[in-house]
Amino acid sequence: MNDPLAYQLFILALSVFLGFALISKVPPLLHTPLMSEANAICGIIIVGALIAAGIDAESPFTIALGVSAVALAAFNVVGGYLVTERMLKMFKKKDSAK
Amino acid sequence: MKLQFLVQLTYITASILFAFGLKFLSSPVTARRGNMLSAAGMLLAVLATLAGQHIISWQWIILGLVIGSALGTFVAFKASMTQMPEMIALLHGCGALASVFVDWVHYEHLLHLPVFSIGPVESFMLYISIVIGALTFSGSLIAWGKLSERLPGKAIVFAGQQFFNLLILAGILISGVLFLMEPARIELFYAFLALATLFGVFLVIPIGGADMPVVISVLNSYSGVVACTTGFVINNTLLIVVGALVGANGIILSIIMCKAMNRSLTNVLFGGFGQVKKKSGDSIKKDVHPVSVEDAQLILEAAKSVIFAPGYGMAVAQAQHAVRELTQVLENNGCEVKFAIHPVAGRMPGHMNVLLAEANIPYDQLLEMETANPLMETMDVAIVIGANDTVNPAAMHDKSSPIYGMPIIETFKAKTVFVIKRSMATGFAGVENELFYYDNTCMIFGDAKDVIQRIVAEFKTK
Repeated sequence: MNDPLAYQLFILALSVFLGFALISKVPPLLHTPLMSEANAICGIIIVGALIAAGIDAESPFTIALGVSAVALAAFNVVGGYLVTERMLKMFKKKDSAK
Repeated sequence: MKLQFLVQLTYITASILFAFGLKFLSSPVTARRGNMLSAAGMLLAVLATLAGQHIISWQWIILGLVIGSALGTFVAFKASMTQMPEMIALLHGCGALASVFVDWVHYEHLLHLPVFSIGPVESFMLYISIVIGALTFSGSLIAWGKLSERLPGKAIVFAGQQFFNLLILAGILISGVLFLMEPARIELFYAFLALATLFGVFLVIPIGGADMPVVISVLNSYSGVVACTTGFVINNTLLIVVGALVGANGIILSIIMCKAMNRSLTNVLFGGFGQVKKKSGDSIKKDVHPVSVEDAQLILEAAKSVIFAPGYGMAVAQAQHAVRELTQVLENNGCEVKFAIHPVAGRMPGHMNVLLAEANIPYDQLLEMETANPLMETMDVAIVIGANDTVNPAAMHDKSSPIYGMPIIETFKAKTVFVIKRSMATGFAGVENELFYYDNTCMIFGDAKDVIQRIVAEFKTK
């Protein structure tokens, strides 16, 4: 497993299985919050955006791209988690709803 | 070296937290905890990245973070539950655009190195990442426009559309092949970036309102794929793991949505219900039984069990709170109230559940279609509110119907069916609904919210 690509593909394959196993357990009741939470974790691209915005800037253009990426990803992450939280807060059981 | 190892360890912790976040979503009791864990994982990942990276321009990064977070907070609190589908579409679009920018910066960075070098796998991943990222971005924006009614929600089709799409697709492929042969040519990069953006627009434009749940699920899957391929481009394992999780999520939801409409994914994305030919001639005018609100109230007063079958129309009329009031009145009257939720009701997976939860209806009263249908025969009254195709019995027996084979909420089995509807207009699929002509069906014409409120008022005057 010295080849980094093979190692990454290995991880990819296992992650796909993990994803299928986890998500098939989510009831239709929670499909909207599921989607928004998946959306929020997809904002993990913020990690890449931070690296992109932080590297030696060649030109104002790449700075602008990097910073926009950070802003967009932060929007995705913060918006996604908050909206999920707002939705999940509304799901109540019978006795506690009244 | 040591620091990098710590960063990697934090990334692993973050992925585990994300996985737990999804696992806890399997029950509404634990779901909030899961979301919290997931958010904590995200925070860890961001902090580790900032600590582990040799960052020069802090001021810019902080500016980006502040602007993005502020806007995200604002939108998340402002959006109503009816607007959730468009909110999700917008978030997809932003995430995808961020990925495109990350890849773009990486490519520019490589171009500015003294010696340009890029491996075949890296350039291939870059290509895939940009293409899917760009089309997810523009496609999501179109979906957002349609859902928020900034654009016409109907399917937009024009002559030669398929040919035009193939032409763009060919352009994307050709520029891609050339790019893989000579990855230093930035004009090719621009070419497939622009073409893919255009392609995303034309991919979503011909898709009509009720097919939106599928489109959103597919875009969700794409945004995962983009995160994943970006992970390969910038060599970041965390992105690969998360991308795979989200990609799997989108695929599963797309499959569930398609099954619930008895259509294939290609049919939804490329077929379009728009082309359904209206059957003419055999539309024999049968009798419907309109009832007044007063009569409806009398029937409901005598009912021991009532089941609602809500659809997108309930969201449009903002009737969920009125429905909640009626539920309460009925329950005070000793009646058992349930809700039967079709998987594709609304504009995104699970849309109806969120709306009803918002109106404070406990989730144990929200039944999935499979659970609700066997109970239908025992129900005194079924109330169809804002739904149409998802309750059309033609789907069960009429082989010539375009919706034949689609699983439905079998409201017609209830002793009495109330259909609250503005007029006799057809639903999204453009087919007449037999249910309206059944002997046990009563039509209550009017705005859903208004009708429900009037029934509640009737109850209260008694």
